[in-house]
Amino acid sequence: MKNDIILAGVGGQGILSIAAAIGLAAVNSNLYIKQSEVHGMSQRGGDVQSHLRISDRPIASDLIPAGKADMIISVEPMEGLRYLPFLAPTGWLVTNINPFNNIPDYPAADDLLTQIKAVKNHIAIDADAIAKEAGSSKASNIVMLGAASLFLDMPFEKIEEGIRQLFGRKGDEVVQLNLKALRMGREFSERNR
Amino acid sequence: MNNSKLLLLGDEAIAQGAIDGGLSGIYAYPGTPSTEIMEYVQGSKQAAELNIHRQWSTNEKTAMEAAIGMSYAGKRAMVCFKHVGLNVAADAFINASITGVNGGLIVVSADDPSMHSSQNEQDSRFYGKFSMIPILEPSNQQEAYDMAYFGFELSERLNVPVLMRITTRMAHSRAGVQRREVKPQNQLHLPSDPRQFVLLPAIARKNYKKLLVSQSAMELESEKSAYNQLIPGTDKSLGIITTGIAYNYLIENYPDHKCPYTVLKVCQYPIPRKQVTDLYNDCEKLLILEEGYPIVEEMIKGFLNIGKTIHGRLDGTLPRDGELNPNIVAKALGMPVTEGQLVPNIVKNRPPSLCQGCGHRDVYEDLNEALKEYGTGRVFSDIGCYTLGALPPFNAINSCVDMGASITMAKGAADAGLVPAIAVIGDSTFTHSGMTGLLDAVIENSPITVIISDNSTTGMTGGQHSSATGRIVEICKGIGVHPDHIRVVTPLKKNHEENVKIIKEELEYNGVSVIIPQRECIQTFARRKKSEKKESNE
Ligand SMILES: Cc1ncc(C[n+]2csc(CCOP(=O)(O)OP(=O)(O)O)c2C)c(N)n1
Ligand code: SF4
Repeated sequence: MKNDIILAGVGGQGILSIAAAIGLAAVNSNLYIKQSEVHGMSQRGGDVQSHLRISDRPIASDLIPAGKADMIISVEPMEGLRYLPFLAPTGWLVTNINPFNNIPDYPAADDLLTQIKAVKNHIAIDADAIAKEAGSSKASNIVMLGAASLFLDMPFEKIEEGIRQLFGRKGDEVVQLNLKALRMGREFSERNR
Repeated sequence: MNNSKLLLLGDEAIAQGAIDGGLSGIYAYPGTPSTEIMEYVQGSKQAAELNIHRQWSTNEKTAMEAAIGMSYAGKRAMVCFKHVGLNVAADAFINASITGVNGGLIVVSADDPSMHSSQNEQDSRFYGKFSMIPILEPSNQQEAYDMAYFGFELSERLNVPVLMRITTRMAHSRAGVQRREVKPQNQLHLPSDPRQFVLLPAIARKNYKKLLVSQSAMELESEKSAYNQLIPGTDKSLGIITTGIAYNYLIENYPDHKCPYTVLKVCQYPIPRKQVTDLYNDCEKLLILEEGYPIVEEMIKGFLNIGKTIHGRLDGTLPRDGELNPNIVAKALGMPVTEGQLVPNIVKNRPPSLCQGCGHRDVYEDLNEALKEYGTGRVFSDIGCYTLGALPPFNAINSCVDMGASITMAKGAADAGLVPAIAVIGDSTFTHSGMTGLLDAVIENSPITVIISDNSTTGMTGGQHSSATGRIVEICKGIGVHPDHIRVVTPLKKNHEENVKIIKEELEYNGVSVIIPQRECIQTFARRKKSEKKESNE
């Protein structure tokens, strides 16, 4: 078993909590994991990405080779497209469709959607709306995780367990909200894959 | 896999390894990608219980020197900074190999090939070779932990500091790490020779001879080291030397991670001569894979390059600059390279920018306005968030060279006749290495205006404590800036006109002025409020 995942977004959008939840799930499943992330300069509204690798055998490289990623999880529609050179032909692009527009030449929404649909396996999801429905727009990254979870080779219960661990300190209400967001994201993928 | 493993960044693995290995004090100045080493120790309950020293230093040189002092007193110390920090600490660092150590001393320098957040991609291994000490370069997080854990003993055994060299991917990648039993700290004890640390020429000459003699012991350590491994292969047409994490990029390309060629995996220097010779004799050609400069490649090739063919960064088999990855290595091996789809051309760059609401923004708006009548090209700046003032919409600064250079460059330009010359520097950068330059300017009464944009934090690296906080005015007075020309302002939109007027007044003054716009970094402010709230809830 091997899942090579690129996480993409803009500084401050919370891609690292997605990575942390998957990481906890992987550790709880006794899997090997390597997760590399970018700190520093890229936090000031620049693009950020993380390479997350999970396997039942030892992992060599911290970086995923180009053309080999099983999935790109992007919390922003343009950022996912930036890493297409990493995606394997059979890989999934799971992306939020809500733009983070902080540059003057940001592309038109229609053009982004056309490019996303040009990827054979894709899930384009309005994670912000679903998160709001689940109880808080802050949980949109967990909706994304839920949508992506369908393509992870890990039991869904392990990911739920990861969420409980990640948010446990913040109280039961927050945990329940995020579990709901997670499930709603997953259901979206089940309906739209 | 064992569940008791911790999931740690390379930086955190080093910190935990040092704590478990008997660390008494860590000294550091923040810098990506090294910052999380100190931050981990600061956040560690275990470190607090063990009363390990864990405060930020004012710069890398003061950090290095304090660590030498702790080593003198017999205890184990660690110093951490980014690669360019080693330039600042270099005087102390090089001389520490001549004094030798008493308590074990590990210096961690974090390189940034591809310059993800740095102004160059210098390779710290040069410094290790320069000062003739062993270098440890982990290839994974477990090795990072182990090297820190056992590194103090290596340092004590060889009587020199040990350099640990990591790169961005090692520092900022997480993996499972197995801890070892916690070792006790050393007892306070003085060096057996009271003059060991007195580098008077006569003593230094003696110490230096000792260092030269101990080179063979260092080489022997490398030959025996478990971090250096000759892994035999069946295909003798090529032999491969990897250093540090380059090994991972190599084996990533083979099923089950089995490379058909013989591989020498080097993670401890000096490079093990015997293994290199064995590899050389055993194969037709060599390929050298190293993250950073082609240091090993140059050594093995030699000036005359008259032996077997050596491939690497120097002959174009690999790119001369930038970090490695599995695909670059595959190409060097002549293997097919996988590639996904191209990036659609609607995807645009998203450069970093100053946060909305950041005080530096107001400073640049005020300064640009005040400078209208003087023309552009006269603002020397420095390293920090405010360097982003170089980008649109501000286009406000003309230099960023090394920490502290704004004030001294402005002085040099003013000496040349560029008057007025302006320096823009952050608070942490000012105490790091701006103060001495300001003294130069005061002594000559140079016509410069220094803007110390004080956000009460070290913003760029994530908001660490700044040594400057609450001290800048007194420091400037102490250095000798005339109190009438030390102007504290608040960089807010509503103060724009007043601030422009103040800047203009000081630009007209024919001497040293210091303007201090003071407003806390909004990110640090938000974090502070959050943790205060958490504390009051507890
Ligand atoms: C010699 C050296 N050490 C450390 C760094 C990393 N670094 C870059 S900017 C910076 C701090 C800047 O803080 P400050 O001057 O207060 O400006 P701010 O980012 O808060 O605006 C640091 C530590 C560096 N580039 N060079
Ligand atoms: S982190 Fe702080 S200093 Fe840096 S840009 Fe943001 S507000 Fe300004």
